[in-house]
Amino acid sequence: MSSTGTMTKVFARPKSLTDKQFTYCPGCDHGLITRILAGAIDKLGVQERTVFVAPVGCAVFAYEWFRCDGVQASHGRAAAVATGIKRANPDLIVISYQGDGDLAAIGTAETIHAANRGEPITVIFVNNQIYGMTGGQMAPTTLAGQRATSCPEGRDVRTMGHPLPVAEMIATLGAPAYVTRQSLHDPKHIVQATKAVEKALRYQVEGTGYSLVEILATCPTGWKMSPTAAHKHVADVVMGAFPVGDLIDRG
Amino acid sequence: MAERQLMTGNEAMAEAAIRAGCRTYFGYPITPQNEILEYMATHLPKVGGAFLQAESEVAAINMCYGAAAAGVRTMTSSSSPGVSLKMEGISYLAGADLPCVILNVARGGPGLGNIAPAQGDYFQATKGGGHGDYRLIVLGPSTVQEAAELAALAFDLSDQYRVPTMLLADGMLGQMMEPVSLPEPRAGADRPAKPWALTGAKGRNPNYVASFALEPTVLRDLNLKRHARYKEIEAREVRWEEVATEDAEILVVAYGTMGRIAKTVVRQARNQGVKAGLLRPITLWPFPYAPIRALAERVTAVLTVELSAGQMWEDVRLAVEGRTPTPFYGEMGGVVPTPSEILEEVLRHV
Ligand SMILES: Cc1ncc(C[n+]2csc(CCOP(=O)(O)OP(=O)(O)O)c2C)c(N)n1
Repeated sequence: MSSTGTMTKVFARPKSLTDKQFTYCPGCDHGLITRILAGAIDKLGVQERTVFVAPVGCAVFAYEWFRCDGVQASHGRAAAVATGIKRANPDLIVISYQGDGDLAAIGTAETIHAANRGEPITVIFVNNQIYGMTGGQMAPTTLAGQRATSCPEGRDVRTMGHPLPVAEMIATLGAPAYVTRQSLHDPKHIVQATKAVEKALRYQVEGTGYSLVEILATCPTGWKMSPTAAHKHVADVVMGAFPVGDLIDRG
Repeated sequence: MAERQLMTGNEAMAEAAIRAGCRTYFGYPITPQNEILEYMATHLPKVGGAFLQAESEVAAINMCYGAAAAGVRTMTSSSSPGVSLKMEGISYLAGADLPCVILNVARGGPGLGNIAPAQGDYFQATKGGGHGDYRLIVLGPSTVQEAAELAALAFDLSDQYRVPTMLLADGMLGQMMEPVSLPEPRAGADRPAKPWALTGAKGRNPNYVASFALEPTVLRDLNLKRHARYKEIEAREVRWEEVATEDAEILVVAYGTMGRIAKTVVRQARNQGVKAGLLRPITLWPFPYAPIRALAERVTAVLTVELSAGQMWEDVRLAVEGRTPTPFYGEMGGVVPTPSEILEEVLRHV
């Protein structure tokens, strides 16, 4: 606000969001990601032809938050549902939004094969290293040694496997147009993540092909940390296991 | 009706589906229905449709879920073990009130079983299979001609009631060749509009397709509304065929492949002076309880013959409600009894 009293609006609710309140826990990054995605839909002007594929998990109500047509997929099947929509009507912009349990455990097959076919969809992959909705059990992305309710002594990689490097796995495939991993732990990374989500969506609008944006997200409730400590944990620890940056850009 | 051509049941169902306006097909190979997948791969793209061989049956049915949500006529086909995998998606289709046609060219089970004809999927098809309080419309064709006609009807019923619809055939019907007059291709003008479909929220409020309702009373009310539709289907869509029932003293009940064999048996019994009749359910859900009940009043026995341990038999007994004896003759594992074996059974009960 300047001293003359003129105000410039620098922050507003994206038009693509409805008035419904989010059901996320305080401090959770899902809210920020939802908002970034809505902003990207606004920016590209595709709200009227977007179909949002909502998962089970913490974002289970997401189809009610977007002022877009929405469908709810069963656990893990979002990539197949998105494929069906896109094949039925290629003019639609189809976005699947999935957690790590959804995309990297129960839905691994659907995820890999949609990517390998180069389905021209946009996948937003929320990697919070835990099953948030069901109360904080171990996810495929849970870090080595990290405690969760179903690995109370910490993840032992000898019996529970290593954290699954989803972006790297998808990046080995020939078809994807854009594969990137982003973080939200500070303003600089939020800006980068916002640009990545916009690019992923733009590639679909322009017909470039499949894109996946893996986003390192916090789950303060599941991790039993304050939101600030959770973001510090991402910077100090999580990014060590899951390095951020673009892995493929065939645009 | 167009010119007659010689086709297998699998090909006839596939072609009839295309003519009925099916424009997306998603499937995964399994014997004895691979010809459906292959037919769709060859012919669906020619009419501007989308064919995709999915990575699994689970993916295929969920692709159908997406395509159905987008408002496009969609179909998948499989055989017993594959249909088991589709059950998650089928429950979600039912929960989201989406139309979809599922062809089950059933085989011997349980487990991997074999690829011979069987009717052991009756419970799964008509009583659930997936979780929750839902119904499928289930049609049981007994000839290649009927398979083609019911495939077309399946799309109409599924759209009209927004209920996933299954054709329960078997390996014999899928593989056998018969002359068939295919239904004429139909334009979409006569179909119900789909204002709920996901087409992009241009100039209207967003549409949501979901089966999620966290609040118990809301979910109950959704289920009650769905069950009101099921009642309507039970009142209006029961289909069956009767053969020589007017003066029948013994009634045979059989469906699908077994139904066509039973037709021969009834003729043979009549040739021997035994007044046998046949009731062949065409809709397995809704089941023809009332006509079976009415005939049970007049006959000395209702014999169910089936390629299972007696799955439809339970519905027949529900219909008869103790009015008359209800013997059962069944085979399993892909064994198909001969007409003379069944005739012997008929003669035993007169
Ligand atoms: C078939 C099936 N299995 C299990 C569940 C229960 N379930 C709901 S959400 C969820 C985990 C979700 O975790 P994630 O995808 O990481 O998302 P988050 O909750 O962390 O956002 C599970 C296991 C389900 N809904 N369906």
